[in-house]
Amino acid sequence: MRVRDRLQALRAFVTKEARHILRDRQTLTILLLMPLAQVVLFGFAIRTDVNEIRFAVVDPAPDAASLGLRARFAGTDRFRTVATVPTVAALEPLFRRGDVEVALVVPRGLGDALRDGTPARLQLITDASNPNTGTTMQTYAGAVIQQWQAGLPGTRGAVRIEPQVRMRFNPTLESVNLFVPGLIALVLTLVSAQMTAISLSREKERGTMEILLVSPLHPWQIILGKVAPYLLLAFANVVTALVAAWLVFDVPFRGSLVLLLAASTLYALVGLALGVFIAAVTDSQRAAMTGSMLGTMLPSTLLSGMIFPIASLPLPLQVLSNIVPARWFIVIVRGVMLKGAGVVHLWQELAVLTLMLVVLLAVATRSFKARLA
Amino acid sequence: MSRAIEVQDLTRRFGAFTAVDAITVDVEAGEVFGFLGANGAGKTTAIKMLIGLLAPTSGTARVAGFDILTQSEEVRRSIGYMSQRFSLYDDLTVRENITLYGGIYGLTDAEIRERGDGMLETLQLADTRKALVGTLPLGWKQKLAFSVAMLHRPKVVFLDEPTGGVDPVTRRQFWEMIYAAAARGTTVFVTTHYMDEAEYCDRLSIMVDGRIAAMGSPAALKREFGAPSIDEIFVRLARPAAAGAA
Repeated sequence: MRVRDRLQALRAFVTKEARHILRDRQTLTILLLMPLAQVVLFGFAIRTDVNEIRFAVVDPAPDAASLGLRARFAGTDRFRTVATVPTVAALEPLFRRGDVEVALVVPRGLGDALRDGTPARLQLITDASNPNTGTTMQTYAGAVIQQWQAGLPGTRGAVRIEPQVRMRFNPTLESVNLFVPGLIALVLTLVSAQMTAISLSREKERGTMEILLVSPLHPWQIILGKVAPYLLLAFANVVTALVAAWLVFDVPFRGSLVLLLAASTLYALVGLALGVFIAAVTDSQRAAMTGSMLGTMLPSTLLSGMIFPIASLPLPLQVLSNIVPARWFIVIVRGVMLKGAGVVHLWQELAVLTLMLVVLLAVATRSFKARLA
Repeated sequence: MSRAIEVQDLTRRFGAFTAVDAITVDVEAGEVFGFLGANGAGKTTAIKMLIGLLAPTSGTARVAGFDILTQSEEVRRSIGYMSQRFSLYDDLTVRENITLYGGIYGLTDAEIRERGDGMLETLQLADTRKALVGTLPLGWKQKLAFSVAMLHRPKVVFLDEPTGGVDPVTRRQFWEMIYAAAARGTTVFVTTHYMDEAEYCDRLSIMVDGRIAAMGSPAALKREFGAPSIDEIFVRLARPAAAGAA
């Protein structure tokens, strides 16, 4: 009888929560379409086309052939020659300052080599700190060289293009692949932590929370009832993001979907516990929104390795990143999606998230009770 | 007659400030008890302790026969509560609000339907059952909120300034509902700022600075203070406190 009452009360409460969510069509639409929009937007933003590429030439001994090649580059509107230097060493500061994005290194005696039919080696150096534009720029430069070569009269010698990519980070050059896991983390954070915090603090602000607390509902029933519908929404979001990434960008999925969804649930629960905590320590919806923005969204974006690799952060931030749940979750998602990693490889990250969940749940229930009981 | 509420030396301190100072109150079953006091006198703190939203610093209280400290679950099941803030969900329909509260208090679906329909019939709001609560006028909402708080037929109902901002006609109707509930055996514990409403209570207490300064039936209090109205008594008791605070 008791248990039946409890379950019925929980059912009534979950129904109410689902109705709130379904009734607010605008928010629901935004939440459902967000992962799709973000995958597509970010994906294309990263694969953006490039124009006006800052171009430098290293031409230690200019001759007719090398001048012809330089004229080719000068003739396209994609490249803007910003420097012509005698040595490769002189390129270094230009790259470092970001003045130059692509550099062409012409060997001595290019004209002689072409005439004699000995192989000539052209070197292309690309700044790939933005990996996708880096690849694109390199392709363009290669195309210009090929056009130049095709226009040479009666050439017997073969020109070999030797691409060299200077990488600041992101060694695989697959930014979309790396980005999608971060995106899943971000969407989950938003739906779980932020929406829970807002919806709980709304009850506090309107005074309905008092009514719930005076009722026979247990605090854990209230929390569970709040959390369950958003968990469902979070699931839908993960699947949307995965499907969008796969359809639009061919992002591979090599691992186990079950493991990924299980890890997502774990991560969403961490977020939900954070949301409950934020709602308990704030007094208004506005404060809860700001709190969840600062406390969850920002660290999940900036300190998680989603955009900036952890290794490139200053040491204090690297240390701080350890308490950001997204940092661990992103490792799991990348592992499962891109490498097909299993529990055997990811148990440490999973353990860290579980530990975070336990601690946050304890803190959340405690603060929830302390504030309202 | 059994007692619906027994309060013994109930105290709540916030740091050095004593919000409720050893109050002792008894309310008989079926009584309409008015709990008066100026803003900041400690009424809301006292009510919060009785309904289990706040732990007392010291003292004891029993509500509907259950100890508020050790039997809070039983207390919760036996009481209804309507706060001064509006307590229904604006973005749910009338019917959905009823279903929610019925469900929380463990009523069966059949009970919820039956009592909900009866309630809307009485309120003459049967046409609005599919309307969003947010679209109803304030007076209707308040009456609805009260009826919903009574849906599980609580032994004791706590009303914290239930008629704030409501027009005189609706207030009148609201008090008729309170009397009807008391006639069915529900004990009503009500706070108000309207002194004419205080006259409707069977008994009342006036709280000043965390203490109960006067308690009794409206008629007995008027005799005791030699005053023509509760309003007069209230002002006389509350003024020295206000002067002291200033």
